[in-house]
Amino acid sequence: MKITRRRLTTLPLAGAAAALLLAGCASEGGSGVQSEKLAMISGRGKLICGVDGKLPGFSFVGPDGTYRGLDVDVCRALAAAVLGDAAKLEFRDLNSSERFAALSSGEIDVLSRNTTTTLSRDASGGNGLSFAPTVFYDGQGVMAPVNSGVRSLKDLAGKPICVETGTTTELNLADRMRELNVAYTPLKFQTGDQTYAAYLGGRCAAVTSDRSQLAGKRTNFPDPAAHALLPDVLSKEPLAPATVNADPAWADAVRWVTYALMQAEELGITKANVAERVAAARANTNQADLRRFLGVEGEFGKQLGLPADFVVKAVAAVGNYGEIFERNVGSGSPLKLERGLNRQWSQGGLLYSPPFR
Amino acid sequence: MEVSPSPSDSDLARTRPQPSWWSSMLSPLQSLSTNRRALPWLVQGGVGLLLLLMIAFLLANLVRNLSATGLLLTWRWLGQPAGFDVSESLLPFSPDLPYWRALLVGLVNTLRAVIVGLIGSTLLGTLVGMASFSSNALLRRLVRLYVEINRNIPLLLQLVFWYFVVFLALPNGSAALQLPGVVLAKSGLYLAGAAAHGWQLPTLVNGVWQAPLRLSVEFAALLTGLIVHISAFIAEVVRGGIASVPRGQWEAASSLGLHWWATLRRIILPQALRVIVPGLNSQYINLAKGTSLAVAVGYTDLYSVAETTLNQTGRAIEVYLILLSAYLIIDLGISAVMNGLNRLVQLRER
Repeated sequence: MKITRRRLTTLPLAGAAAALLLAGCASEGGSGVQSEKLAMISGRGKLICGVDGKLPGFSFVGPDGTYRGLDVDVCRALAAAVLGDAAKLEFRDLNSSERFAALSSGEIDVLSRNTTTTLSRDASGGNGLSFAPTVFYDGQGVMAPVNSGVRSLKDLAGKPICVETGTTTELNLADRMRELNVAYTPLKFQTGDQTYAAYLGGRCAAVTSDRSQLAGKRTNFPDPAAHALLPDVLSKEPLAPATVNADPAWADAVRWVTYALMQAEELGITKANVAERVAAARANTNQADLRRFLGVEGEFGKQLGLPADFVVKAVAAVGNYGEIFERNVGSGSPLKLERGLNRQWSQGGLLYSPPFR
Repeated sequence: MEVSPSPSDSDLARTRPQPSWWSSMLSPLQSLSTNRRALPWLVQGGVGLLLLLMIAFLLANLVRNLSATGLLLTWRWLGQPAGFDVSESLLPFSPDLPYWRALLVGLVNTLRAVIVGLIGSTLLGTLVGMASFSSNALLRRLVRLYVEINRNIPLLLQLVFWYFVVFLALPNGSAALQLPGVVLAKSGLYLAGAAAHGWQLPTLVNGVWQAPLRLSVEFAALLTGLIVHISAFIAEVVRGGIASVPRGQWEAASSLGLHWWATLRRIILPQALRVIVPGLNSQYINLAKGTSLAVAVGYTDLYSVAETTLNQTGRAIEVYLILLSAYLIIDLGISAVMNGLNRLVQLRER
């Protein structure tokens, strides 16, 4: 009898465990007018944001133990817009191969991790993501030691090149080298740390990634001046925050909070003067555009499922796009990147927020 | 399942006829419920049915949710061009070949690591295991040290150590480590071998080593890490096997004038094998599973290719099904071979 009884108790237990596991997946499907994700975030009281965590300029932990970077500031703006407090935020460090699984499984609410917008990542038949506006227009570059004599892609014939697996750079490298008909050896690593360790260990003649990432990582090298970016730009890499396709309302909220940061720069609203501008807009009923943008009138916030003053909260937390750029990757940072394509459209760049109307 | 021959008091109480009217209606059921042979089967059947229903419900749920998100299983992507390159391959490969070819390249690379690793760790492990019975005290101590260090440090850590600390610290070009027929450089491990014009040694051509046989440092680091780690476990299995042979066998052999090596090889090991083989099985499986850590040292194994594939296609479930079944088949294959071997070395009843 003993054996039978034990079997009787373990069978339903195993079944129940399996049921619990799959029941979690069951509640994810379906989408109504209201966003499940937004409701979940409000209920939880904090936003969970997927970042790289080890990339200077974009997302890394500073000497004081706090996260900083351009991608991080986008997360902060979102937390401020949705929950009214930029501190109600939790970061998850993800490597390039983990990131999409973490997003589609619902482990993170939004992915703000220097991710390139591509067709197959966007399409429902592909990764099924929904991309917010590009927050950094980048291009793939190649970095090699200055004294190695490598000056262009052709010099890399027959040599090993370090690349992070699961990235668009891996594919672009294969494409460009095929076009040039140059044989090479791709050495793939799972994390950026391993990739750059192998490069610095001298295993690879060059390392390839987004140009901003190369510049960022180089600041951590023992001797940054010994490494130079080749002039070749291998691809377009528009980096953008991403959410899942299944929740369009949440994707809209992320999209328009991102736009708001760009629009704020266009309107000259900064972290320092946002309170002042709100007061001015309250006082002056003729500034209809500004009043709508700052949530003094109209119901933009309500339409997105966000508080009326979400723009004010976001800008007050991290400043406008220009401030975020300069602080993290521009003149105020060790990376010292040019604004380049990331200027406002009115100054010859590609940043163009659609009207808040 | 034992059936108690004599019913206990409580059973008698239950079977005692009751005066109420419904007891007669329930009597067939009641007699069934008191039947000690049928009851367990009934309960088991019920639970089994419940389990089947639950599985059916979960599967239906999975299919419904997957189709809602457009992720229902499909294998068409396997025929699409992969678009990525691999660093080393025994089969010809280029980015315009389909995904299944890329996965095959990864599988072959994994099998290569498994097979070479099995041979290497068995040889090294057996030697180390035998050395722990050496009459030389220094050798015995060294062997203990080797085993304790290697089996108590995680495999991943060892792989990363061998790759980043040891192999990437090797010099390149003319400064490379040169042994007769073997050159160890940062760019790879070059071995002498048969070439078109007979036996050929590694040669330095324009600062780049050329040899008939070249292993990448990634492969070399993976193999070194796996062999060193698993051989420590195998050494323990071998030691246990040898220790299981009665002392009398050693004494009998030495009284016949056989020296240590001959005793071990001719008398002890054949008897120890039947204890060693089952233990080896699980170590071999550990080694096969351990190859999936290759991704940490940049070696293009099945897992590494599958991960790239997963990222490019987004077909998580399909890719993982392929991965799971590939490792399962490799491990079951190893098990089957080892079980066959086990039957061969077991004592036969006469």
